Amino acid sequence: MTEIKNIEEQKIWQILEEVVDPEIPVLSVIDLGIIRDVKLLNSGSPSGAGGIEIIITPTYSGCPAMDMIAMNIKFAMIEHGYKNVIITSVLSPAWTTDWMTEAGKIKLKEYGIAPPGKLSDQSDESIECPQCHSHNTKLISEFGSTACKSLYQCNDCKEPFDHFKCH
Amino acid sequence: MESLIKYNLLQADNTLILAQRNSEWCGHGPVLEQDIAITNISLDLLGQSRNFYQYAATLINHSAIQSTDNITEDSLAYLRTEREFKNCLLTEQPNGDWAQTILRQSIFSNYQYLLYEQLQNSKDEQLAAIAVKALKEVTYHVRWSNEWVIRLGDGTAESNQRMRTAIENLWPYTGELFENAVYESALIKEGIAVDNSLLKDGWMKKIKAVFDEATLLIPEKIFMQSGGKEGRHSEHMGFILTELQYIQRAYPGSEW
Repeated sequence: MTEIKNIEEQKIWQILEEVVDPEIPVLSVIDLGIIRDVKLLNSGSPSGAGGIEIIITPTYSGCPAMDMIAMNIKFAMIEHGYKNVIITSVLSPAWTTDWMTEAGKIKLKEYGIAPPGKLSDQSDESIECPQCHSHNTKLISEFGSTACKSLYQCNDCKEPFDHFKCH
Repeated sequence: MESLIKYNLLQADNTLILAQRNSEWCGHGPVLEQDIAITNISLDLLGQSRNFYQYAATLINHSAIQSTDNITEDSLAYLRTEREFKNCLLTEQPNGDWAQTILRQSIFSNYQYLLYEQLQNSKDEQLAAIAVKALKEVTYHVRWSNEWVIRLGDGTAESNQRMRTAIENLWPYTGELFENAVYESALIKEGIAVDNSLLKDGWMKKIKAVFDEATLLIPEKIFMQSGGKEGRHSEHMGFILTELQYIQRAYPGSEW
């Protein structure tokens, strides 16, 4: 993620904190790590009057929430007075769960979804149950209710739960 | 430019048609978790096809081939005729039973994995970007479908028999995956497209390992069907497009 350069850009990042994933409403688009850059067009004009460009990257190629997320970002910006809002979607570099914020991972866990581990550290494959915190869990299905999740069950508390796949 | 457009359409059509086939399972899977799995795979494939169609549309609109109409991902999917689709015959074969669907997915995913692995190094940046992204998704598809081939092959007498029937039905469509169409050959020389013929050994090795574990046999040399990449399809293709394109054909330009 690029460094936040000035106060105008900082304002935009703050608004983006309020835009959530429609499938997992506890996560903001920043928590998800899909915002790659924010650009003020015609910089020099106040409050991004020359327009703003927000660069996003899709999570999964076929994630149906992406169109809605792009639209919600646009609406949020318009609501805050920005006029010319361009949302650009880029594929490269490809999104990874490593871009998810630590705060986002905590929110996920509290929401009942086991957060993804680090991509580089696949050694510890046991997934912690978000309900009773047992590591004695089993994979039910590689595919869950959305493309980004797999389905697990806790062997101790027996509760089934979603795991946000390490991707 | 024309070859690059066709190459994108080949990748897009392969993934769209297989996505369409898999989506026929929606609500009909053998158990809930697997119904969700096959439709998730369908969604991944659909997303990949959109990426290729979008790129193809950009290329067409920027080239001189089309002068008036603005081509979009939707017009490419919904308004082309059967002979214009370039998908391999394998992807359009009927779902049959669960064994046949699983085997078709395993054959294709193992091929797709090797293909995208190489396509990541394409001199065309957009193709490379689509491949890098899709490869992560295909990794799941490979694991899931191979596990199912093993489970059914090495399962009961009935599941083994169904798997063997599926192999008999689908094997003749595996050869086409490793052929290079004229438009592919042109791009291979430029370092843009992947030479499919070079993927065959790796694919065979992988399938053989899965079949061995599944107690299944690779068929002897048999006649291979081909023609899909050039638009010559099996009788199933027309029916797929009839369903897929119905709304746009009946109500042109409709949106919701």
